[in-house]
Amino acid sequence: MTSRKVYMDHGATTPVREEVLEAMLPFFREHYGNPSSLHAQGRAVRKELENARDIIAGVLGAEPKEIIFTSGGTESNNIVLRGAAKKRGAPGHIITTSIEHHAVFDVCRDLEKEGHQVTYLPVDKYGKVDPQSVRKAIRPDTFIISVMAANNEIGTLQPIEEIGAIAAEHKVLFHTDAVQVVGQLPLNLSKLKADFLSLSAHKFNGPKGVGALFMRKGIRVAPIYIGGGQERKIRPGTENVPAIIGMAKALELAAAEMDEKSRSLTKLRDRLISGLLQIDEVILNGHPDERLPGNVNVSFKHIEGESVLLSLDLQGVAASSGSACSSGSLDPSHVLSAIGLDHPTAHGSIRFSLGYGNNDDDIDYVLEIIPAITDRLRRISPTYKPKAV
Amino acid sequence: MYNEKVVDHFSNPRNVGELENPDAVGETGSFKCGDTMTLYLKVQNDRIEDVSFQTFGCGAAIASSSMLTEMVKGKTLDEAMKITNQDVADELGGLPPLKLHCSNLAADALHDAIEKYRKKQGV
Ligand SMILES: Cc1ncc(COP(=O)(O)O)c(C=O)c1O
Ligand code: FES
Repeated sequence: MTSRKVYMDHGATTPVREEVLEAMLPFFREHYGNPSSLHAQGRAVRKELENARDIIAGVLGAEPKEIIFTSGGTESNNIVLRGAAKKRGAPGHIITTSIEHHAVFDVCRDLEKEGHQVTYLPVDKYGKVDPQSVRKAIRPDTFIISVMAANNEIGTLQPIEEIGAIAAEHKVLFHTDAVQVVGQLPLNLSKLKADFLSLSAHKFNGPKGVGALFMRKGIRVAPIYIGGGQERKIRPGTENVPAIIGMAKALELAAAEMDEKSRSLTKLRDRLISGLLQIDEVILNGHPDERLPGNVNVSFKHIEGESVLLSLDLQGVAASSGSACSSGSLDPSHVLSAIGLDHPTAHGSIRFSLGYGNNDDDIDYVLEIIPAITDRLRRISPTYKPKAV
Repeated sequence: MYNEKVVDHFSNPRNVGELENPDAVGETGSFKCGDTMTLYLKVQNDRIEDVSFQTFGCGAAIASSSMLTEMVKGKTLDEAMKITNQDVADELGGLPPLKLHCSNLAADALHDAIEKYRKKQGV
């Protein structure tokens, strides 16, 4: 139908930047040694691996030994939550939110089966957690609090500084899933009172299947994997060296360009939001401005998200939806339910997530094609009554 | 994810909208995902003379609704009653397994409309 391609699903994953790929290639070709080997090839790779750790620690305001390489956000979250529960041994209490990614939410559900109790804090209509609700939920047996830095679906930024301070005050461990924030917005672990932080390279133009866990000096979870001595025995196994090198390069570039990129993405984001809100019966999901620079999430009333996605896809636009019909499980997203959307409104939600490579032309294109798409689908819908003119 | 025929019926659905003075209106909602369909029938001498639909649902639901309206036009009520969701999916050249239930929406709305019509006729 059209040859135009517009990728607006950077919240799902991002393209690997050319510079990142270039940085990785030598680690497949020449520098293939095992970083744990004592020979020259191994030592050379070890040096580069530690350099990557220094870069990542530097960007985050952490110490190199506080960075543990993992396979991504899901694994980092599991290591923290399961490891903290394992270390505790006896059943205890966990505080988290009702809008976490499945890689926290479902881990907590699973830990409930093992006898732990979990409080899933509600959020307001913008998807924000009230730090005071965290304070009120703390019990003597609370051993960890896990609150994401920003939500992946609706983009709402969470008050993690305040929550971290409350956790520290009560001497409870604090973990933040910062997968959507690292590489997008500044984060400084020398100020933020977090004991653990999860990040994932493929969300900031690095390769897939690699990430890191920040684990603060002096704090340790029980290892959930048993093997060699790599990554402080918290994540044993031969390191994915090329991917780790790529992650460090991607984060270094993201940090250097962060100010400019977040400013330009915010501008694109706000243009797209105001253009979409011109259409009848469209609502913005998430916070009007305390949201990720590239996140746009709207609900088109009277239509179902999957049919919008399909229409966009036929015209070359890649986006995503939290609607039941597009979820694979046929359940609407727990995040959209948590912000109080009724079923039909949750059904019509579409996320456009902007990132590296998007420009004004892309926004123009989407705003040009979307009114016809929504109009067509609404004409098919039994709930839509066109306004009399 | 969808084959060409499904995409065609999704992109150019046949028989969309409300019929004026319908002889019966069938309605269904899917228990699985919460979508809904309304089907309008005009019947003459026990034959479906005209049919149209409105659907709130995914691509497969819209395509199934459209396909169904093509399948039933001109059929007797007895023949139409025998159409199953599998028939609709087959006529579309197949649906992804997770989307098979969407064709239920169309078949159920049809059966609902026919039953209501018959009740009204006192059959
Ligand atoms: C907030 C959040 N946490 C965790 C993950 C999982 O990360 P990964 O794909 O690296 O396992 C994602 C990505 O989908 C995410 O958005
Ligand atoms: S109508 Fe909801 S999945 Fe098809």
